[in-house]
Amino acid sequence: MWDYSETVKEHFYNPKNAGAVSDANAVGDVGSISCGDALRLTLKVEPETEIIIDAGFQTFGCGSAIASSSALTEMVKGKTLDQALEISNQDIADFLDGLPPEKMHCSVMGREALQAAVADYRGEVWEDDHEEGALICKCFAIDDVMIRETIRANNLSSVEEVTNYTKAGGGCSSCHEGIENILTEELEARGDTFEPSAVGKKEGVVRLNPGKKEEAPATMTPVQRILKIQEVLEGLRPALQADGGDVELMDVEGKNIYVKLTGACNGCQMAAMTLGGVQQKLIEVLGEFVKVIPHTERPVEIAGA
Amino acid sequence: MADIYLDNNATTMCDPDVVQELMPYFSEQFGNPSSLHSFGNKVGFAIKKARQQVQKLLGAEHDSEIIFTSCGSESDSTAILSALKAQPERKEIITTVVEHPAVLTLCEYLETEGYTVHKLKVDSKGNLDMDEYASLLTDKVAVVSVMWANNETGTIFPVLEMAEMADEKGIMFHTDAVQAVGKIPMNLADSKIHMLSLSGHKLHAPKGVGVLYLRRGVRFRPLLRGGHQERGRRAGTENTTGIVGLGKACELAMEHMEYENTAVAEMRDRLQEGILAAVPHSFVTGNPENRLPNTVNIAFEYIEGEAILLLMNKQGVAASSGSACTSGSLEPSHVMKAMGIPYTAAHGTVRFSLSRYNTPEEIERVIEAVPPIVAQLRKLSPYWGDNGPVENPEEAFAPVYA
Repeated sequence: MWDYSETVKEHFYNPKNAGAVSDANAVGDVGSISCGDALRLTLKVEPETEIIIDAGFQTFGCGSAIASSSALTEMVKGKTLDQALEISNQDIADFLDGLPPEKMHCSVMGREALQAAVADYRGEVWEDDHEEGALICKCFAIDDVMIRETIRANNLSSVEEVTNYTKAGGGCSSCHEGIENILTEELEARGDTFEPSAVGKKEGVVRLNPGKKEEAPATMTPVQRILKIQEVLEGLRPALQADGGDVELMDVEGKNIYVKLTGACNGCQMAAMTLGGVQQKLIEVLGEFVKVIPHTERPVEIAGA
Repeated sequence: MADIYLDNNATTMCDPDVVQELMPYFSEQFGNPSSLHSFGNKVGFAIKKARQQVQKLLGAEHDSEIIFTSCGSESDSTAILSALKAQPERKEIITTVVEHPAVLTLCEYLETEGYTVHKLKVDSKGNLDMDEYASLLTDKVAVVSVMWANNETGTIFPVLEMAEMADEKGIMFHTDAVQAVGKIPMNLADSKIHMLSLSGHKLHAPKGVGVLYLRRGVRFRPLLRGGHQERGRRAGTENTTGIVGLGKACELAMEHMEYENTAVAEMRDRLQEGILAAVPHSFVTGNPENRLPNTVNIAFEYIEGEAILLLMNKQGVAASSGSACTSGSLEPSHVMKAMGIPYTAAHGTVRFSLSRYNTPEEIERVIEAVPPIVAQLRKLSPYWGDNGPVENPEEAFAPVYA
């Protein structure tokens, strides 16, 4: 059984705004009957203000498709068309307190129905750029089509590169056989051969000061070391901020470096990967093994103990 | 009120008598059956007894034809890979498009290894084309693997006849009988079936135990090599509790075979008739004239199966569906697709599979519960109008990336 949030269940068992709006002036039909989910969104838009005064849905689909449709209608009511168009599929998923990775396409379908309905209202033709393939990476919900397109666009040739570009395979790694099969086909198509390594690529593995053991850490005082850590984090912040997140140094205890992730990084399923990236960079610069730990996971000290 | 379990093709409740029989083999009877001392010896005899109980249910000629494995999938893989290994000059496999993934996924993998896999097609009722089958039986074929009964629709395949045809041409015949054992009387000694797979948990034994029946004289190459267990044909210390439990379950299945084919079949028929009478635009998939006594698969048009299951589950009724969403894939059941069931119905198929533990009262409750659920979901469906499907449903609602 799927691990649905209480909010998903609530919107499925008691959907809001089910059925078509009777005097709708915007209709969006999206989905794929072969894949088993399709949605018709009907909106009533006030012409002067472009405010959505009513919304209704009709959905052929599973529990999360119905819940996503219900959530979408609740979210758009009272918004102007432009405001509504700012709703992303992640917003729909967040509204529902999350969706299982296999079900994220239900929120994508919701967003697309909205785009189609707005295009219908404005007399535009909505071009669907959506192509969905078989789900490969279940940890990060990446499908076959996305992986192939990324491989072609960037001339990728290893599982590690696919992970770096798409996140696919960056979690539990059980989809690596699937990624390898895609790489084999894609490389063959461009006249190449896929050459995997049996136990993962050795490049990128940080060697701790080969031949110069302990040298770098030994020459730094604790304060210098903390300043160095701070410097590395400062260097990484712009990239994180670009994604709407941030990182802050909280404390250093021996090999443990405690940081606070904020904004989009916090609670995001990418948090673990972000921390991994920060840790890798710190290991490289400090030349010693350190562990980057979210501040929230710091053991609580018991008074007097 | 207790929940109603109608998903016995997925797994069954372990019979209380089976549990009682196997419990001592967790504690006082803990010995390794290979050991010479009394601790091991008693367990060795228990396994011997279980082997005979399985032999009797299958109607096998010798008890040494029974090889205990860990599950149905292991038995399927062992059988097919053994046939390929033993006859390296033969590079073709015949199977069907409606097999269980235990066979189908393995065959698709073997295709990437250079084997040719012929998948027999089915008609709209799920029946095979025997002429097509006959035409494929050549000396290039290493093994034929055809399920005895389909897990989704219950449709029964003519495996006895197909085995005769293969045997005549000197081709190995394997059947995945996971759904059939315990529901269809068998007498393998009189058949030309060379290998057969079964799974304990489908017939009220515990999970984690299966059997490969291997006819005496059929060439064999083990999947797991190592110790001498199962006469060297399946290495690894025996799952003694599972095996003892399976033996008892086979004995009980023999006792209940008639009940299964009369009382259980009657309940199934009543369920089918009750639902079809109350729900318009629903129909039975597969071949109702020739199917397992416990299974009925009903397609509810214009709605989706996972949504049906979730609402049924809320009412305490457990069943399963061939919709894409219940499996996490993008395609509806390969079985429904193979039979040419349209997408608007294939996604809305629900399989009800009964057991000897169900009661007529339960069936009446399910007949009451299902129609309002279907009606509720149809109200949400873009294909459904006020009192029935919209006119020309496929044209009235044709979403952008259909």
